[in-house]
Amino acid sequence: MKAINRRQAFALGGGFVMLTLMPMAADAEVSNDAAKWIEKFTGGKQPAKGKISLDLPEIAENGNTVPLSINIESPMTAESHVTDVLIIADGNPNAGVATLSFTPLSGKAEASIRIRLATTQNVVAVAKMSDGSLFTEQKTVKVTIGGCGG
Amino acid sequence: MADKPRIKLPKEAAKGEVIQIKTLVSHVMESGQRKDAQGKAIPRKIINKFACEFNGKPVFSCALEPAISANPYVQFDARVDEAGTFKFSWTDDDGTVITAEEKIALKA
Repeated sequence: MKAINRRQAFALGGGFVMLTLMPMAADAEVSNDAAKWIEKFTGGKQPAKGKISLDLPEIAENGNTVPLSINIESPMTAESHVTDVLIIADGNPNAGVATLSFTPLSGKAEASIRIRLATTQNVVAVAKMSDGSLFTEQKTVKVTIGGCGG
Repeated sequence: MADKPRIKLPKEAAKGEVIQIKTLVSHVMESGQRKDAQGKAIPRKIINKFACEFNGKPVFSCALEPAISANPYVQFDARVDEAGTFKFSWTDDDGTVITAEEKIALKA
């Protein structure tokens, strides 16, 4: 093997740091009834990606109150608006978090709540539009102290 | 039982303006997952529904699960087309309903 020079050694070191900093596999094992919740909400239809911006902290120090903001792109008129949004936490003892219902009077499809997360997990939002189309978005939140008692 | 809910919204708005409403109500939101000192499960007691209507028309509502933090905070928007009254209601598992009202005027 050819001896590596100084420059290459630095490049290698950098690459190694990048690898270790990469988040661990984001798809945690789904251990609760999350799939059932989503299926009930969507009626088995596959939601598309996009339209939703889900704002959650990357790392939540305290799982008892994790701020969650959601904003969905929509004109919010009588003809075209967001009707319902399902929020799911796939690592909690019960997957359901909240179902938000909007009307054209909401003006904006935007809401903030504070949620409990038991452990590091994915938070999934599924939005239903007035024309029946579905959109989804998910975020992984790392939780330092769980928020479900115990 | 509970303290008066705290609601924050502007006193007046221009016609058609979208305003932001912030609400907070004091409630333990007992998840039903916790155990007491004897190891018995503490029964679930949460606010399971929040709704807001304006002059009798629904604006925003949400069904809440045990995964909502204690003292549930809900922030949402509303479009104001006329002067009127916002009515807020929080429904407890035991059937109690906490209600509140806020008036809004149109900017001259």
